[in-house]
Amino acid sequence: MAVRELSCSLAVAEALMEEMERDKTIFILGEDLVSNGGIFGQFRGLSERFPERIIDTPISETAIVGSGVGAAITGMRPIIDMHFADFVTTAMDEIVNQMAKLRYMFGGQVKLPLVLWAPDGSGLNAAAQHSQCLENWFVHVPGLKVVVPSEPADVKGLLKAAIRDDDPVIFFQHKKLFGQTGPVPEDKYIVPLGKALVRREGSDVTLLTYSRMTYFCREAARELAQKGIQAEIIDLRTLMPLDFVTIAESVKKTRHAVVAHEACVTGGFGGELSARITEELFDYLDGPIVRVGARHVPMPFSPCMENYVLPQVEDIVAGVMKALKR
Amino acid sequence: MKVSKDQKKALLRKMVEIRLFEEEVETLFQQQRIPGFVHLSIGQEASAVGSCAMLRKDDYIISTHRGHAHILAKGAEPKYMFAECFGKVTGYCKGKGGSMHIADFSKGILGANGVVGGGFPIMTGAGFSIKLRGTDQVGMVFFGDGASNRGTFHEAVNMAAVFKLPIVFVCENNRYASTSPAEKMVAGGSIANRAHSYGIPGAINDGNNVLAVRESVAEAVKRARKGFGPSIIENETYRYKGHFEGDRQRYRTPDEIQHYRLTRDPIDRFETQLLEDKVVTQKEIDAMKTAVAEEIEDAVRFAEESPLPDPHEAMQGLFVNP
Repeated sequence: MAVRELSCSLAVAEALMEEMERDKTIFILGEDLVSNGGIFGQFRGLSERFPERIIDTPISETAIVGSGVGAAITGMRPIIDMHFADFVTTAMDEIVNQMAKLRYMFGGQVKLPLVLWAPDGSGLNAAAQHSQCLENWFVHVPGLKVVVPSEPADVKGLLKAAIRDDDPVIFFQHKKLFGQTGPVPEDKYIVPLGKALVRREGSDVTLLTYSRMTYFCREAARELAQKGIQAEIIDLRTLMPLDFVTIAESVKKTRHAVVAHEACVTGGFGGELSARITEELFDYLDGPIVRVGARHVPMPFSPCMENYVLPQVEDIVAGVMKALKR
Repeated sequence: MKVSKDQKKALLRKMVEIRLFEEEVETLFQQQRIPGFVHLSIGQEASAVGSCAMLRKDDYIISTHRGHAHILAKGAEPKYMFAECFGKVTGYCKGKGGSMHIADFSKGILGANGVVGGGFPIMTGAGFSIKLRGTDQVGMVFFGDGASNRGTFHEAVNMAAVFKLPIVFVCENNRYASTSPAEKMVAGGSIANRAHSYGIPGAINDGNNVLAVRESVAEAVKRARKGFGPSIIENETYRYKGHFEGDRQRYRTPDEIQHYRLTRDPIDRFETQLLEDKVVTQKEIDAMKTAVAEEIEDAVRFAEESPLPDPHEAMQGLFVNP
């Protein structure tokens, strides 16, 4: 298959263009989508092609997300732009009590094909209210699927899968990765939800990661290789549903696991992963499962403090050394 | 607006059906045969019936925790509702919803919503959906005086007005949000008057007069169907029962309740009017009530004889594609 280099931002635009061309029930609702093509340029070109189906709304996140729910249960396939993932707090009832519940609570009478597209993450010196990674909140709520892509090819393929899925999907895309380029196939393709990918094979330790930390893990793996440690990197890609088969295969092989995510360690997805691996694979483990993530403070503004709070490559390397008890 | 004799009889019958349904729910709850929370709207029947009378089958409604009346008025079947209240597998939601969360999507009933004010933004989305699909459906969202103070109300009404969405916002001002009197909690004194600041019509009705409600709602529905946008209807009414079954109701006196029951009851008043206008005879009314009571009895029997769900079914139906 022919490939070309594409940024994550353009990968989003391409996925939306292809899907909206294919299915007239898809529309995008959110703030400031039309005039600049979205705050990250991810909607560029779409409003010219589908003027009726890209809708700029008032600043009313509750009504925007609730509208996604209402449109999904009446035959449409809405994509809701959350602007910044941090703003999910303004629509938590619509996400947690409505989006996640209606299908189940009404006995399966209805489906909710909806994508909540939420740019998350730090690294832009955007401080406490525009930098969070809140994915684990939604993993905790039954009824939501959670996608956390890293590379542009996955951004495109997973977004297409999320749009075609008949269940509500929260699609967290890291802000710092919008300009990140990578090879993207020319032909049309889908990346199914719930399938992790081994990004690097290794025999000594399993690095479980997703989103921007996948890149950090690659650098850490290069450093570890110089110490004679071969790390296997698994990009989880989807947290719900979770591909525990791929995780288990790797952990059984390496007998050591480190989880690296940008969200705070405390209460983060690493805790869930660590517990599940311990429960199900205890006999295979030769060391503690180590979690690497942000320190437990709101994101500070000053770049030097932001870097201090965020997990760095050396933290992942140190985490591996701790897991290997070296 | 001309209302035929048959239409008037149908309005009365539906109000009686709702009254008897809810009185039965109350009894069953007191006998501990219905678990959970139960919220009754006895005394408010005219608002539900007059409003839904102007809707087509393919129009949408969203109801509230106090939702039996709206759901019945939109055409849901009592037997599946009772079964749901009992937590039976034959219920509308297979026993996963209960009294507060009944839906029948085949009749445009997008569900009763247990979160006060939860329905507004969802109906906004149904409004976008109607517009994008290019149909002439209408969405009606019911809410109480209490819900009018939630931020969802402002966001949804503003959004609906900005995009001229085909929505009728029907407030049932029953004077108490749980234990709190509306006159202490609603600034400006009127919910319908808030419509003016959004540039849309607002109307206040005697919510215990089914014909008055019907006429007012007819105007709002017509406007929505033609693409002219939303309206707010405020039906002034009163609930005879507590906020929930078991509520000690220290916020009002028995005399106040009795006053409404004796002088403002929507069913008694409509019956009197229909008898005076010679639309029906007392004999016809009695026969109708007997027939409805039998239907309710049959519906309860269906629910009681239905099986409980296998507990393992709790794990079914979360996702379409697990």
